[in-house]
Amino acid sequence: MAYDKFNVLTSTAYPLPIENVDTDQIIPARFLKATERVGFGDNFFRDWRYNQDGTPKTEFPLNKEIYAGSKILVGGKNFGSGSSREHAAWSVYDFGLRCVISSFFADIFRNNCLNVGVLPVQVSSGFADQLFDAILADPKTEIKVDLPNQTVTLVATGASESFEINTYKKDNMLNGFDDIDYLKNIEDEISAFAKTRPF
Amino acid sequence: MANTLFDKVWDAHVVRKVKEGPDVLFIDRHFIHEVTSPVAFLGLESRGNDVVYPEKTFATADHNTPTINQHLPVEDPLSANQLDALERNAKKYGISHWGLGDKNNGIVHVVGPENGITLPGATIVCGDSHTSTHGAFGAIAFGIGTSEVEMVLSTQCIMQPKPKSLRININGSLGVGVTPKDVALYIISKLTTSGATGYFVEYAGDVFTNMSMEGRMTVCNLSIEMGARGGMIAPDEKTYDYIKGRALAPKGKDWEKAMEYWSTLFSEADAEFDLELSFDAAEIEPMITYGTNPGMGIGVSKSIPNSDPSDSGATSYKKSLAYMNFDEGESMLGKEIDFVFLGSCTNGRIEDFRAFCNIIKGRKKAANVTAWLVPGSHKVVDQIKEEGLDKIIDSAGFVLREPGCSACLAMNDDKIPSGKLSVSTSNRNFEGRQGPGSRTLLASPLVAAASAVSGVVTDPRTLLN
Ligand code: SF4
Repeated sequence: MAYDKFNVLTSTAYPLPIENVDTDQIIPARFLKATERVGFGDNFFRDWRYNQDGTPKTEFPLNKEIYAGSKILVGGKNFGSGSSREHAAWSVYDFGLRCVISSFFADIFRNNCLNVGVLPVQVSSGFADQLFDAILADPKTEIKVDLPNQTVTLVATGASESFEINTYKKDNMLNGFDDIDYLKNIEDEISAFAKTRPF
Repeated sequence: MANTLFDKVWDAHVVRKVKEGPDVLFIDRHFIHEVTSPVAFLGLESRGNDVVYPEKTFATADHNTPTINQHLPVEDPLSANQLDALERNAKKYGISHWGLGDKNNGIVHVVGPENGITLPGATIVCGDSHTSTHGAFGAIAFGIGTSEVEMVLSTQCIMQPKPKSLRININGSLGVGVTPKDVALYIISKLTTSGATGYFVEYAGDVFTNMSMEGRMTVCNLSIEMGARGGMIAPDEKTYDYIKGRALAPKGKDWEKAMEYWSTLFSEADAEFDLELSFDAAEIEPMITYGTNPGMGIGVSKSIPNSDPSDSGATSYKKSLAYMNFDEGESMLGKEIDFVFLGSCTNGRIEDFRAFCNIIKGRKKAANVTAWLVPGSHKVVDQIKEEGLDKIIDSAGFVLREPGCSACLAMNDDKIPSGKLSVSTSNRNFEGRQGPGSRTLLASPLVAAASAVSGVVTDPRTLLN
């Protein structure tokens, strides 16, 4: 799925300091019935954003006007646990976010994010706390995520930390490429390998 | 360094290693279902690609299918749309398709092994995180996202960094009423839902050697709930006996050749794991969860801990208990329940129905309980009938439904209403997993049965004959 290139992103951020946010919260199963990739942004965190009668829960950070338009979400530890549904990562992207910062990510979610153009940035729990504190003190706090240099910085104070991403995935994100582009380029090698498989 | 079982299978599938990047991993078997595949086919088409090895992909309809009146058209237009898309895509690309009503239809992780598609030493993926089930056969099996479904369709490969290895040893013998589900819930309660993140698990020790294939599938199925990519168990005679003669299993000379290879699939005595953990079988009790993630489990006769026993954070612990409407220190036994769900790829196989029937036999369903008994496949239904379990189910006042994922993720009509409490043999107790506002207690088929006939959370050991 094509996505926009990612280079340096400076933005305010939504704070979601809750641990173990699972993919059933990010996008509840009943919204997985699409046969096309549309409408997922609307149902991002559906049951935490809306009451059962459809009115918004105004206290929920994603609904707060002061954070509107942020491209970054700072989440609690073990973000994205649970199901393999890539719809969770789509809903992050379609909601308008390009980066999720957390002190720990669930495996498949992290992988899915990288495949759809959302950058998962894992920081130390101390730095995550600093980010939460800064955002809660001033909702207009800006965070700079610099992919080429692999750093994440609190713009106001200059506090900074580096993050890990493998070179391959980094190049993909910088160029807007994905794994299928790569694999299609080595098709002959794959078909030669396929012939060696016993079943 | 000597190889682990996982190393042997993984390394045999690496097409190439990307410099400072993931491995290109060849996939032997790919399962698809109606929910996570339609967008993958759209992606494939928008890039102008084709399905390269249609014979290596298998489609079955399960996630949003109704569990009654499957012979009638599916009422929900969105579900019907996804089912049509699956059938259309399968037909268009020459992929085998077991749609609603087909005798081979059922939950993807139940029908794969039943039909001999799941084999030791294979790499198996599916756009469903419980693909780890197939690891019970000594395969590397794990869940993937829709982009990766498209990758497998169009290239038969995915790109993944090799996970670290974790061996979980459990020796000794299990107590009465302690099932494979309890073993898995026990491990998750010790490790937490993120304790095995980044690892691929191998289960070893007497407990797993002595376990049936069905039980091994239950354990491997739940590997993902401790954060692991997947889990596997070295194949042995039980594995071969299970596979032999299944419709799509290798036959004749191919079988001989396969056996030769499979017999090499074990971790060498001096193989090193990145992490190794051991537990004592005697410590494991029938388990139940009390919170909103599968790591929040305790022995069914225990009380809810007074503080978070794991390090998952005090806020989520309090939020979780508030959602469940439970208090710290409360006993789980005796809590009045509203629903019981027996089914899913975790506990929807024949052995699970046998266990359930063992308890309900000669008893009656409690009046306050609505029970959904949903077999994992048509083959399981047939076997239930062959063994006469349907009669026990019937005379105890229960109803057997038709196969599918059902209330495991509640995408069809089988939704637990808001606020209601369900004892479920499925794999996830997340907020709203079984329907918006539903409250889920994960447990074994024995605990589910004991609670279904008592109307309250019950220790099955008090009802076992
Ligand atoms: S039963 Fe549940 S976990 Fe298993 S395949 Fe279906 S939805 Fe996934």
